[in-house]
Amino acid sequence: MSQTFAQDLQARHTPRLGPVWLEPLRRAAMERFAATGFPTSKDEEWRFTPVGPIAQTVWQSAPPAADLSRTRLAPFIFGHPEWNTLVFVNGFYREDLSSTNQVEAGLHVSSLAEALRRDGGLVEAHLGRHAPINASPFIALNTSVVGQGGFVHVAANAQLTRPVHLVFVTTKEATGSVMQPRNLVVVERNARAAVIESFVTLVDDRSYWTNAVTEVVVAQNSWLEHTRIQRESEAAYHIGSTHVDQQRDSHYRSFTMAMGGAMARHTLHTRLNDENVETLLYGLYFTRGEQLVDNHTAIFHDQPNCRSWEVYKGVLDGRSRAVFNGKVFVRPEAQKTDAKQTNRNLLLSDSARVNTKPQLEIFADDVKCTHGATVGKLDDIALFYARSRGVPAAEAQRLLTYAFAAEVIAEVTLDPVREELERLVRERLGGL
Amino acid sequence: MSKPLLEVVGLRASAGEKEILRGIDLTVRAGEVHAVMGPNGSGKSTLAQVIAGHPAYEVTAGRVLYEGRDLLEMEPEERAQAGVFLAFQYPVEIPGISNAYFLRAAYNEIRKARGLEEVDSMDFLDLLEEKLRIVEWGPDIMSRAVNSGFSGGEKKRNEILQMAVLEPKLAVLDETDSGLDIDALRIVADGVNALRRPENATVLVTHYQRLLNYIVPDRVHVLSNGRIVKSGGKELALELEERGYEWLEQEAAVP
Repeated sequence: MSQTFAQDLQARHTPRLGPVWLEPLRRAAMERFAATGFPTSKDEEWRFTPVGPIAQTVWQSAPPAADLSRTRLAPFIFGHPEWNTLVFVNGFYREDLSSTNQVEAGLHVSSLAEALRRDGGLVEAHLGRHAPINASPFIALNTSVVGQGGFVHVAANAQLTRPVHLVFVTTKEATGSVMQPRNLVVVERNARAAVIESFVTLVDDRSYWTNAVTEVVVAQNSWLEHTRIQRESEAAYHIGSTHVDQQRDSHYRSFTMAMGGAMARHTLHTRLNDENVETLLYGLYFTRGEQLVDNHTAIFHDQPNCRSWEVYKGVLDGRSRAVFNGKVFVRPEAQKTDAKQTNRNLLLSDSARVNTKPQLEIFADDVKCTHGATVGKLDDIALFYARSRGVPAAEAQRLLTYAFAAEVIAEVTLDPVREELERLVRERLGGL
Repeated sequence: MSKPLLEVVGLRASAGEKEILRGIDLTVRAGEVHAVMGPNGSGKSTLAQVIAGHPAYEVTAGRVLYEGRDLLEMEPEERAQAGVFLAFQYPVEIPGISNAYFLRAAYNEIRKARGLEEVDSMDFLDLLEEKLRIVEWGPDIMSRAVNSGFSGGEKKRNEILQMAVLEPKLAVLDETDSGLDIDALRIVADGVNALRRPENATVLVTHYQRLLNYIVPDRVHVLSNGRIVKSGGKELALELEERGYEWLEQEAAVP
């Protein structure tokens, strides 16, 4: 079943073009997936997140939507058409909707397909190295058809002034289809960059499946702010895997926002490969109705003198469910590690549920590692405070919910990105 | 004599099983400043919070009229919209939203409730500029999260700033003087004095006479064990300062 599925996908999706090394990688990935199949609830990593609805559906390949104007994409581009933006519609790169001609010294942005044609060596050095096919069946599946997606290369010493935006949008034609974008972001030495990935839809009630993989390299002494916004249809499925490799003296900050999906899972792995690395992971998820949103993060402290700081917050309504799993691995040689992890959940309804699990595995003795998880309701005294200032009860609830979310959004350094995230939260809360 | 703004009659209130207010009578008229004093645990903060509608307290008897309306029937926000303001003893920290955002939201809700147009952030900033002067603050404080990481003194000043913006008719200040150094105390007191109007009234809940050096009350009431055991003019506060509360508690205990 699984093998047929993988073969079928490969047969229909993959342009047979590409450098010689690529086809063996795809084949190995396909074989890997055929051997493992989809994970089940017996798999510890997927205990609370059943993937049955994905595994039991026969997913089609999406046809590229013929008619789509820039106007319809306007709500998704943060009001900044001048940013370098790659647009993918139903998984397919759309040059006509993208803007890649904004000159920034040291920046190369293109579709992955074009990067494979132009500079296969650079792609080969990284593709599949940071998100290996044995890391998860979904990465294997994605790799088996690898070819569509975005490629961002920031040359050594480049200081980008604008973010690069990768937009994955689905249309009604995507109904019943699987999209498997593959992104590669390489920030070379002493460079500074910001990358945004947006997974959005023009059809809020359609079912489709996105299985995205992003590999990120943050080279020595470089700085990257990576924002990931998941606003899929609430009838859709989203599996995202982000694997980050950090080198000496680098700074990586991630902000992930998850709002969409009937079931959505994001796995974020960061490997701290050398000394004096800083990793900041911030997350925010909103669930309602019957949604299930799962965030699995893993921080690998392989070397000494590194710092990781993680704050994920969730706002749950209806009968929805959230899963948070935060792993921190500290190897014996990773002395002087400073790691702090926090997961806070706000329940707006009595029927919403959270499974939160910190998982610290520390093998060094001279470290500072803490974690904390909370699940609770809005503070009665804070509600009274707002009401005593004239704010009606329902509005006070929204205001305090917004405050809860905005506190973590405040960690985003780029103003337009932060403001857009705040706007999205206000919109989600029914306007403020 | 002006009309009563606030009339508290036979008010009893409990927190859980514990009765805290055991029959309070108090009338406050427009233009007046009343001081409610008393030892810790006498019920003075509870009185302030019951007037504002704090959900932790249950009123078991008596009534509270505000401009002739039954205040106890009103939601906390309706009280605020009608012009009641409580300066909290422990102002609440709200990380995540700025002081300006919060205060404008409150200001606009009150305007909306009164059938007035909401103001946009530019107009609100103009209004703020003038109000900030009352508490001797620059604009920076408005971009910080509400009370978040504020010092004790800053929190109290922020309460006075909110009061200045919301312009209540009845302001109840719950131990606004506690924990203030002398400069902060002066700023807070000057703020309260600057906001006094013939049509407004202020109730100062305080443990110490110190604040009353700066804000001169028309009436002073002493609470003990949930009752007002003595009322008088401003000289009563001085007497309390000198003699403490014990003599009154003993006096009150005599049947």
